[in-house]
Amino acid sequence: MNAPTTSAAPAAAPSSASVWRSQLGTYLGLMAVLAGMVALFSSLSEYFWSAETFITIANEIPALAVMAVGMTFVLIIAGIDLSVGSVMALAAATSAAAILQWGWTVPAAAALALATGLVCGTITGMISVAWRLPSFIVSLGMLEAVRGSAYVVTDSRTQYVGDAISWLSAPFFGGISFAFLLAVVLVVVAQLVLSRTVFGRCVVGIGTNEEAMRLAGVDPRPIRVIVFAMTGLLAGLAGLMQSARLEAADPNAGTGMELQVIAAVVIGGTSLMGGRGSVVNTAFGVLIIAVLEAGLAQVGASEPSKRIITGFVIVAAVIVDTLRQRRAKV
Amino acid sequence: MPTSPSPDSPRSPLLAIQAVGKDYTASVLDGVNVELFAGEVLALTGENGAGKSTLSKILCGLEQPTRGGMQLAGQAYAPSSRRDAERHGVRMVMQELGLVPTLTVAENLLMGRLPHRLGWLQRDVLHAAARAQLAKIGLDTIDPATPVSQLGIGQQQMVEIARNLQDDTRILVLDEPTAMLTPRETNYLFEQIAHLTARGVAIIYVSHRLEELRRIADRVAVLRDGRLVDVRPMAGMSEDDLVQRMVGRVVSDLDHRPRRPIGPVVMSAENLGRGTAVQDVSLELRAGEIFGIAGLVGSGRTELVRLLFGADRADRGSVTLHPNSEQKPPQALVDHAPAATQNIAKPSTTAPTAPRTWQRGFASPLQAIAAGVGLVTEDRKSQGLLLSQPIRINATLSDLSAVSRGGWLQRGLESRLVQGFIRTLRVRCHGPEQPVGQLSGGNQQKVVFARWLHREGRVLLLDEPTRGVDVGARAELYGELDRMAAEGRALLMVSSDLRELMAMADRIGVMSAGRLVAVFERGEWSEQSLLAAAFSEPGGRTSTTPSTSSPVTA
Repeated sequence: MNAPTTSAAPAAAPSSASVWRSQLGTYLGLMAVLAGMVALFSSLSEYFWSAETFITIANEIPALAVMAVGMTFVLIIAGIDLSVGSVMALAAATSAAAILQWGWTVPAAAALALATGLVCGTITGMISVAWRLPSFIVSLGMLEAVRGSAYVVTDSRTQYVGDAISWLSAPFFGGISFAFLLAVVLVVVAQLVLSRTVFGRCVVGIGTNEEAMRLAGVDPRPIRVIVFAMTGLLAGLAGLMQSARLEAADPNAGTGMELQVIAAVVIGGTSLMGGRGSVVNTAFGVLIIAVLEAGLAQVGASEPSKRIITGFVIVAAVIVDTLRQRRAKV
Repeated sequence: MPTSPSPDSPRSPLLAIQAVGKDYTASVLDGVNVELFAGEVLALTGENGAGKSTLSKILCGLEQPTRGGMQLAGQAYAPSSRRDAERHGVRMVMQELGLVPTLTVAENLLMGRLPHRLGWLQRDVLHAAARAQLAKIGLDTIDPATPVSQLGIGQQQMVEIARNLQDDTRILVLDEPTAMLTPRETNYLFEQIAHLTARGVAIIYVSHRLEELRRIADRVAVLRDGRLVDVRPMAGMSEDDLVQRMVGRVVSDLDHRPRRPIGPVVMSAENLGRGTAVQDVSLELRAGEIFGIAGLVGSGRTELVRLLFGADRADRGSVTLHPNSEQKPPQALVDHAPAATQNIAKPSTTAPTAPRTWQRGFASPLQAIAAGVGLVTEDRKSQGLLLSQPIRINATLSDLSAVSRGGWLQRGLESRLVQGFIRTLRVRCHGPEQPVGQLSGGNQQKVVFARWLHREGRVLLLDEPTRGVDVGARAELYGELDRMAAEGRALLMVSSDLRELMAMADRIGVMSAGRLVAVFERGEWSEQSLLAAAFSEPGGRTSTTPSTSSPVTA
């Protein structure tokens, strides 16, 4: 599955085709892993192979997926955003407060949630750019501060929103929710932005060699801020999706979720060193994590053993990807 | 030396390389047979990509040959790692520095055998040993306690060499050791090489610099396309012979080029400075000329170029760009300069006929590029290129709006443009999608050039554009520079290679200790006068032509 690489192509081969083959190799690899997991769980549990299971998985992943889309861009510019889980909770909390306490309409509350995310992401990006701080540190601070804000907004209690926004995650088409469709559209659009726009080109370039980009006339600072702002916005959207699904805004929602998001992106082959990544592959990473979780639950694995297995799968996925990359480089 | 081998090693070679070949995806080295004798300097030369580096790496255990074998003093020799090779006394000074920048010079020199007692470092012993080792190559002035990161790149190179000058060395491979050295440092190195060969150490000296090979090599081995073309005594070998063997064709002699027709002033700098690195530099670049900058490493050449490009911000002085229609003679311009510099820079769009001045130079490279100034950086790997990205992406970086519409990239258009650049610049590659990191140095530099062909500016600043570029590709780069100059661009080229500057430049400015101490017109310079200016103390100027632009009173 990973035979085609750029360097293995003979000198005369049309190069774009060989690059495309290498891309395809990655897709096929991730697909094979996914198919293997589905097959494994289907053989272990008679209930796994059913439309119900897949619909359940599809409706659980949108929040994770949209945050992973943003995180892919962050990792490509060699940054990291640890605050997405907290931002998700705060966005859900502000929209709940807007509906329940201030009597806002649902669209206005939804817009507030998105704006909350956008502001949080912009703050992270601006601070790290203005003082040239590692985004790890800044977003670590934001993780705490934003989580605290979520407690303030919700008064440290789960706020029951009811079904005002549950349409977002209600079955919409053959049991699939609107949120899932939205996530799919976002993955496609984000992939196009990454590979087909000037902005995407700059993102990849900055992650590869920021100084070279600067000397080629690209100011990396606004692009960094935009990437973090966009990630915040997507975390805000994830917050809406989450509170629509649970019909509640829980100040503890998304605790530790940033690590799950990062894991999904990394399983998809995006490099933590920056410069390399793909949104479509991130979507595969999200699916792999979701299938693993659902499958382990179905075969009756205990919570501790689920976590142990997930941990090993993450590391194994990255080892396989690294070996592939190394082989492609020779 | 083959002509007079040391007494203790008669005609049996110290090292015999037998039919060595190496394949990656294609064969890069094939059927190489060389013998190396104790006490000789064997020059290994050839174009980039000819296989010199691969052969050196095989020798030092960094790569294993696909075919063939080696014998060291009659014993089979197949090093499995660099450490293994070093145990056999085979050491290599690599082009890429292998120093740890955060550690001190002494720690780097004695890495792996740091003197200690129960794990605690013995500083005194360490520093004494390091000082002794540094003294061997005339580096008495470097304090062993200095962190390597505080040294200039030339000094770092010397430390790297010192690290490999150890007593058990039998074979020392030097890969382009003088690329970053000043003439003085080069002399120390050559003295040290003479000491080593007198002791019976065999040296393999990899270099592009033909005049150096003449000075130091006993024999020369020429590689071309992975095969050994020739091994013969250096004596009696002319540079033309050598170059012809390396490239397999005649390279035109650049020394007797005609002088270029020079146009009006395009860009000028007035009293530009930053700290002590660059002080009060005033110069003018004219359309169609190549302005050379000579000077020792650390004289402020690179720093000056960075100020002119806005990569660093000047803290005094200004940069002025003159509009295309400007036909005033330079003298008139100098008279107008003070008035212009007092204006707050106004948008050039409103006044296309007036010169535009930037106080303290450009604020950013973005501003410089928008004004039509480009930069080919000194270190293309760390500052110029996105190594893991394809040629296509690297070549169009300077102007993405030309290959996009409404923010969306036009892939087809971009590919066609880049394929055109690959053809005009003769980049040897598999196609526009090949990652730049896989290309040889010369071809990488061509990709950087392509970037500034893609964005046609009026001024191009080039910092050591031919460093690490082999002779054949160098000639192609020179051709490209000629073409750009003929189109009316103003080029400024920094180079450590005086012969290159004298061949290419119309004027040569010499930097010393942060100042532009002299500017020579073509025909006025000689290698001696340029060197004298480079070594001059900036306080007492050497008696040469003053810089063409008189200083502007602030």
